[in-house]
Amino acid sequence: MERIMMAHGSGGRLSHELISTLLQKHLGNLYLDQMNDATVLPGGEQIAVTTDSFVISPLFFRGGNIGKLAVCGTVNDLAVSGAIPQFLTLALILEEGFPLEELEQIIKSVAETAVRAGVKIVCGDTKVVERGNADKIFINTAGIGYITNRLVGPEHIRPGDEILITGTIGDHGIAILSEREGIKFQTPVVSDCAPLNRLIDAFYQPGVKCMRDPTRGGVATTLNELAHQAGVSMLLEEVNLPLLPSVEGACEMLGLEPLYLANEGKALVIVAPEVAEEVLQNMQAHPLGRFAARIGRVQEGKPGLVLLETPLGGKRIVGMLEGEHLPRIC
Amino acid sequence: MCLAIPAKVVTLDGSIAKVDMMGNERVISIDLVPEVKIGEFVLVHAGFAIEIIDDESAHETEELLLEVADAYDEEK
Amino acid sequence: MMKRSKDLVVKADNYLLEIKALAQSPFTIMEVCGTHTVAIAKNALRELLPDTVRLISGPGCPVCVTDNSDIDRYLYLAAQPKVITATFGDMMRVPGTDKNLQTLRAEGADVRIVYSTQDALELARHNPNKEVVFLGIGFETTVPTVAVSIETAKKEGIVNYSVLSMHKVVPPVLRLLAEDEELVVDAFLDPGHVCAIIGIEPIEFMAKDYGKPGVVTGFEALDILEAVVMLLRQHDEGRSEIEIQYKRVVKAEGNPHAQSIVERVFEPVDASWRGIGLIPQSGLAIREEFSSWDAAKKFSLPIFHSKETPGCRCGEVLKGLIDPTQCPLFARHCTPMTPVGPCMVSSEGSCAAYYRYSQGSVN
Repeated sequence: MERIMMAHGSGGRLSHELISTLLQKHLGNLYLDQMNDATVLPGGEQIAVTTDSFVISPLFFRGGNIGKLAVCGTVNDLAVSGAIPQFLTLALILEEGFPLEELEQIIKSVAETAVRAGVKIVCGDTKVVERGNADKIFINTAGIGYITNRLVGPEHIRPGDEILITGTIGDHGIAILSEREGIKFQTPVVSDCAPLNRLIDAFYQPGVKCMRDPTRGGVATTLNELAHQAGVSMLLEEVNLPLLPSVEGACEMLGLEPLYLANEGKALVIVAPEVAEEVLQNMQAHPLGRFAARIGRVQEGKPGLVLLETPLGGKRIVGMLEGEHLPRIC
Repeated sequence: MCLAIPAKVVTLDGSIAKVDMMGNERVISIDLVPEVKIGEFVLVHAGFAIEIIDDESAHETEELLLEVADAYDEEK
Repeated sequence: MMKRSKDLVVKADNYLLEIKALAQSPFTIMEVCGTHTVAIAKNALRELLPDTVRLISGPGCPVCVTDNSDIDRYLYLAAQPKVITATFGDMMRVPGTDKNLQTLRAEGADVRIVYSTQDALELARHNPNKEVVFLGIGFETTVPTVAVSIETAKKEGIVNYSVLSMHKVVPPVLRLLAEDEELVVDAFLDPGHVCAIIGIEPIEFMAKDYGKPGVVTGFEALDILEAVVMLLRQHDEGRSEIEIQYKRVVKAEGNPHAQSIVERVFEPVDASWRGIGLIPQSGLAIREEFSSWDAAKKFSLPIFHSKETPGCRCGEVLKGLIDPTQCPLFARHCTPMTPVGPCMVSSEGSCAAYYRYSQGSVN
């Protein structure tokens, strides 16, 4: 099996080969092919920029791999900010000995996902570190998006607004956990990892006030952040949380709470009450938003407080994730 | 003090059973309920069946599970 | 999946109506089990019950009642070279005198989270040059699963597996509570999964000798509401019995097969409960014939005399004498990220449950 060697990161011939035969081969386009120290891009007057690093074990999981994740994560950060994702950078840190075949699979996923999201990889970097100094592969992507007239952000949130989510909660978290050593179980749950920009294009309209993707820390942590930033309280309705039974079952087995599990292809969307129904219908009409639901509302109250109404009508606090979300037996 | 959830026995092999927990499958030990049969529901705690459940609600759970699983499959 | 059905609400309303009708005077119920504590908090049941019915939390979180000295002992063991510590996730954040398993892991100790003793045995099979030590925490529900692993290790000759037993049993602490004159409890929600193993005979003395009725209860919101109704009916009719609400799982005789496995591997010993103190015959030690798989005997471990944290009122919380919110440290110096006392450590601890779910904690 061909493997990554230290020389792949040397800047010499092997580096060049890796770039041309693997990276450029799959990712090449008008901009990347400039192969300059910096790439010159067309652009408007205002742009949105974001960056994110991806470290995940296992690298390949049900519903995706680290490459797909690296594109989705950055595309989604741009999209929920109201920007139209355009260009991505791609930086790889590879561990000596990493199989080239796996690298190629990952890069193919990057390429496919970029096409699906309508973004181009415009520059990149590859470093190799000695065996043991990194865990197989780390990826960093930075993203640039064009600013639109979508004015979204927590400052627009007001009591009375509705809280929507574009689909089922916690799928990614369970898909990853099910493959962890010591916990492993077979599950039909597939990571929800997906680029959200097309979905957002499908449902966005004025009256959509704020969007966030609830990744690490889950829906609970993201809503706590929003409630703090907006200085409002929120009330969720437990019966309306969209949850796959297999996610619920896995959570019960492991003593976890779905509201704290990571999602990689969901957006929380705060909308004005008068457009909530229409936005929801437009979400549900898109393949990525089939299980979209109205899960709660913004209300007056202690700023930052997120409450959940149980099926029996009691209310409890939903706080931020405290530390690592560990499986437990008691 | 002890989380435990219902699961349906799918296969048996000596003291090991494969069980279905709302669509998730895991291998568990049946050392504590050696008399269990395929198709029965057991209560699983920390990877062991600790008791056999005689409960209709476990079956209701299963039916609902199938409905939603179908809907989910269509999406993929 | 009951939670999505309308039946649920109708049934709950019926129970609540009966509870209101029966609870004309104050009635205090202790839920012994930490899983009940969490279920009550997650379903916000306290809020739904009339003011006359008070639910207080008891000592039923095995993580919380693990003594400081035991924690320092396993942390010492986990730091030894060649040792792989296998543990339920529950123990990762539990603070010893100056460390916990997470900080030890960051320092290089090999600590693995497992879901089952089977996974721990598997680690031992795959790492023949390492010593896999399983941290034996838990009450009667968990003990049989640990006993099976020790018997399996003996049968298969897995010599690099051992268990550090810190297991505890419930009946002696119930007796201690019943005899505590400060404690005002009228009735008990008894632990469903413990009784699935031991049956009801070992706790019947509570009803017979101390006049404290009990109901062995399941863990759904409806189970708990039904159990409250059953306890109020006993009170109303002047009965004092141990009844089983959680009939779909719990048989009066428990699981005799599991009992006999535990009996073969473990024997009762006196044990220290964090926040409460020494309770005679409330712990379980591994029997002599399995000493090769007893980490306490296999490794030469120093004896620790670790102190309890000053100012912490967990002892009173564990015995139901005060609410978590009555402790001056609660939510100020003591939070789930920086727990001072045992009840804040485990997600099942009363303080952690109050902190995470209860609206009272934010005011």
